[in-house]
Order: sequence, then structure tokens, then C-alpha cells
Amino acid sequence: MTAVTAENAERDRVVSQTPASAGPGPESVPRPGGWRPPRHLGVGVVTLWLSIIVLLPLAALTVASLGNGLGGFWEAVTAPAALASLRVTVLVSAVVAVVNAVMGTLIAWVLVRDDFRGKRVVDALIDLPFALPTIVASIVLLSLYGPNSPVGVHLSATRWGVIVALAFVTLPFVVRSVQPVLIEADREVEEAASSLGATGWTTFRRIVLPTLLPAVIGGTGLAFARAIGEYGSVVLIGGNIPRETQVASQYIQQQIEIDRPEAAAAVSVALLAIAFLTLLVLRVLSGRAQRREERAV
Amino acid sequence: MITVTNAHKQYGTFTALDDVSLDIPRGSLTALLGPSGSGKSTLLRSIAGLETLDAGVVTIEGEDVTNVPPQRRGIGFVFQHYAAFKHMTVRDNVAFGLSIRKRPKPVIDKRVDELLEIVGLSGFRDRYPAQLSGGQRQRMALARALAVDPQVLLLDEPFGALDAKVRTDLRTWLRRLHDEVHVTTVLVTHDQEEALDVADRIAVLNQGRIEQVGDPVTLYDRPANDFVMSFLGSVSRLGDQVVRPHDIALDRDRQHALALDAAVPASAGVIGAVVERVVRLGFEVRVDLRAESGERFAAQITRRDANDLRLAAGETVFARVDQPSSIVERMAIAGV
Repeated sequence: MTAVTAENAERDRVVSQTPASAGPGPESVPRPGGWRPPRHLGVGVVTLWLSIIVLLPLAALTVASLGNGLGGFWEAVTAPAALASLRVTVLVSAVVAVVNAVMGTLIAWVLVRDDFRGKRVVDALIDLPFALPTIVASIVLLSLYGPNSPVGVHLSATRWGVIVALAFVTLPFVVRSVQPVLIEADREVEEAASSLGATGWTTFRRIVLPTLLPAVIGGTGLAFARAIGEYGSVVLIGGNIPRETQVASQYIQQQIEIDRPEAAAAVSVALLAIAFLTLLVLRVLSGRAQRREERAV
Repeated sequence: MITVTNAHKQYGTFTALDDVSLDIPRGSLTALLGPSGSGKSTLLRSIAGLETLDAGVVTIEGEDVTNVPPQRRGIGFVFQHYAAFKHMTVRDNVAFGLSIRKRPKPVIDKRVDELLEIVGLSGFRDRYPAQLSGGQRQRMALARALAVDPQVLLLDEPFGALDAKVRTDLRTWLRRLHDEVHVTTVLVTHDQEEALDVADRIAVLNQGRIEQVGDPVTLYDRPANDFVMSFLGSVSRLGDQVVRPHDIALDRDRQHALALDAAVPASAGVIGAVVERVVRLGFEVRVDLRAESGERFAAQITRRDANDLRLAAGETVFARVDQPSSIVERMAIAGV
């Protein structure tokens, strides 16, 4: 009965299968007893969902970007102002990613390993930048670090302003990916290292960090990808100065306003390509780090 | 030589160590034996410096190390769950202590090869811990601990996570290793058989106190109290005496039993009992009995005696203590 339904689902499926969704993971090894979704049905539903939500819009975007032909696409992406905005975006996002990697790991460490009053409150605070509309973040940062800064720090319309805004919205990524790994980490391994003569720093660098690395890399990648596409939080504090603080998302917005949707789409595709490549490279890197320590049984 | 003097350790309301003093002679293999929560692991970790004592003094080779961090105590520590560095090869695991001491590479390589040879992992140099069995991982952990030439080797339930067969093999192997290397070794275990098997000396702990320290034979034959007696081997209660099941003799004839019992000093008398079950355990036979008082106990007799008596469930026999080899030397404080 189940087999028939699964076959039907297979036949009825019209969407093409992408390599990304093909192949069952190692978890789908059939367990005796216990319910599991019929395999083909699961794959079908996932493919359909990803197509509607992700693949179709991306395909449409790519098509739109080629509205003026390949030559038009190239021209739009390599226009000096477009290139400059992409450069600013990548540079600023890279700085934010590195800052996040260090600070996020440190915050996760303190939240897991140290005990202090109000720890739960701080832990809950981490996710707040997620809950806040990003434009609100921009307003807050502008009133705090803008021209009328009550603390005397003027970051408005500077790259530092953009960096601070992006750091604010990307805070949770590294913290939340490192935290569970740190909670699960075997403390005895650290004790073993110190019994062998390793100082705290050596133990961290040679024993703890390598086990955290896949999580740090993963979180950093997400933070970077988010930073690349961020709009709301930089729109007020960034100042939108071409070649200085204008990020790609602002450039895209500008292109739409002056009625050049193909150029907007083209730069978007370039942005997507950068994000995709970054995530792919980081995935390979963290996969390599992970493989070396294959979960012990 | 390790000495622990008047050690106290408190976790909240739980007393892990209550005025513990212990001397561990140089070159010995001492077992800290006790049930879980007896403080044996806390004592070991205090020697290592992984726990700080609330009060008390620890010395290693005459040096007061009470306030010295584990890094500078000259110890090797082996954990129950191996604590392998999973992202490093077997070679790098064993080399870790030497490499952070910045020894030249040829020296490290030579020492690592030497140790892998000793622990029988020569062919596994470039494997990762995940590719080793539990027993192999623990041998790697031992090699790693020995690499830095520790003054003392501390083992915290080292065979606890292994299955029975591997455990006994590794136990024998550890004993042989100790006879070769002669490093002062302290082993924590809750398994009395393991302690009796490998250790020169055993310290029995209970509720944060040391009940008795001595060589295995003394502890087995002359336990200081009922706790030590019942923790090292099985016991039967015969009348008001606690004895080893193999020290109980059974007789069909009451008069005969009484006559033999008269020759035994401090005897508990002859007790009539009904056989409930006869269990043949290879060479030995365990007889489950119920005394007239209703109390159940077990006797362990040889196969030949069992055959001569032709025991069967439901029959009545007469039990007496024959040549008590183990007896608690505290007759005066009966009732404890």
C-alpha cells in the first residue's frame, strides 16, 4: 500500500530533481520498527518546497538579470559604481565575519563556562537583534553614534558605522552555533591536556579550538552571508555614499528607483554568487575539520 | 611516594573526603576501592590537582604540591572515557606532552615509537582515535600519559568503559606493564576483583573515609570491619557472624557437625537449614539455604563435597563455620 502511494508520488512529481536534494543522508538508514516517511514521498515534498521557495525565485531573478543579454549583464555588474558597492560590501562583511568569529566564540565561551548573575538574561539578549526590525537597529545606532551622539562617537556615514550595524544584526550566528558544541565538549579532554603540562592557552589553541572550528566556521559563514545582503540596518547610519559606504543592497535599491531593473537583478545575481561561493567554501572547510575527528562511539 | 594528609573536600552539603590520610609507597600499584560516592575519584583527582582540597596537604616525592597546578605536578592521568584528542592521530596524541615541551622532533618520534611498541599500537601510528577500539584507545591514553615520564601514574576507573573480556586482558597487561616500568601507580576502581587482581595495596573507601589500607590478602582475610569484608568478596551471615560462603561446611549428621564444631574457636555454633537451591558453577557449587530462623544465606562448597552429600532442594542440612580464614577482628564491638 505504502509502496504504491510512493510510486504515484514519484510519477506525479513534475519538478526536476536537483543534486542538492538528491540522495538520502546517513540518517535515513531504515530502522526496524518505528514510523518513517516513505522515502520517495519525502524527497518529492522537499524538492517541491525548495523549488517554490528558493529555486524558482532565483531562476526568475537570473532570467531578469539577462533582460539586456549577456553583454548587458556584464556591463551592469562591471559598472564602476556597481563594482565599488560590491567591493565595499565584501570588505565590510569580511571584517564583520572575522569580528564575529572572535567575539561570538568568546561570548559562547563565557555563556557556557562562566557563572554569573543574570546569565540567563544575557543569553536571551543574544537573539534580540534577530527579533528587532533592522530599520529600528539603524535608528538606534544613528541616535547613539550619529551626528548628535550623546557619547561623542560619530560613525554616521563611515564604514565603521556600517560595520557596527552589521555586527549588531549578525551577533547571534556564531554564538548560537558554537554554544551547543561547547556544552557537549568533553571537559576531561582539557583536563588530560593540563595533566600533560599544557597551559590554559595551549589547551584552548590545540585542543578546544580544533573541535569548535567547524561550528565557528559555519556560524561565521552564515554571518558573512547575512551581512552581504543586509539592507535595513545600514540604510540610515551608512549614509549611502558611493564608493565609500554604499553597499550592494543600497546600490540595487538605487537602480530600481531610477528604473533599471535589469542592472538591479544583475548585481543581485553577482551578490548571490558571492554568497553561494562563500558558503560552499566554508562548508568544505568545516567538513574537512569535522571529518578528522569523526564522532567517536 | 605520595602522601595525603588530613584531606577534606566538600561539595555543597555532600562530604566527598572526610579527613583522609594515605601514604602511597614509591613504585607500588595502589588501588582506591569503594562504591560510587565513596570519594575515591575525588581523592585521585586531588592528587592530580584537578580538584583543590578544602583542607589538607598532598605531597609527591617529598614536595608539597597542594597549591601546585596539575601542569607542574609531574603526573600522568588516565580517564575512564579515554579523553582522546579526537582531531589528532595516535602519534600526535602520544607526542602531545613532549611537543608542548618543545622537544626536538627526532627525540619525540623515538619516544613515541618506543611507547607505541610497549602498548602494542605500533601499526596504528597514523590512525585517528575514532578508528580504534575502546581497549586500543585506553592503551593510547596510557602511552600518552607515560610519554612525559611522570613521577606518578593516576588511573581513574581506566577499564570501566570496556567490556568484560577486554577488561580482564587489559588488567593483566597493566600489571605486567607496571612490573616493567615501576612508576608509582594509583588506580581507582569499584570492582573488588580488579583491585585484588592488579594491586599491591588496596585502600578501601566508604563515605569519604578510608576504612582500611593493606595488601590484598590482609584485606580479604583480616578485614577491619563488616564493610570491608562485604565489599571485598561475598559474605554470608551465619547466626551473629559474617563469614565467607566458602568457609561454611555442610553436614548431614547433626552430631557429627557438633563434634567438629567444638574444635573451632569462636564458632557460631551449628545451624540447621533447608536447602533451597543447588547451583553448580563449574568447580564450585553454591548452595542457597534458609536457616531455621528464616534467614537466607549461601554456602560455597566443592563439587566433590556436594556429590558426597547428595544435596537436593527441600532437604535439611547442618551448617557450621569451618576454619574461618576471613574474620572481622572486632569481636568486642559486636552489633556494629
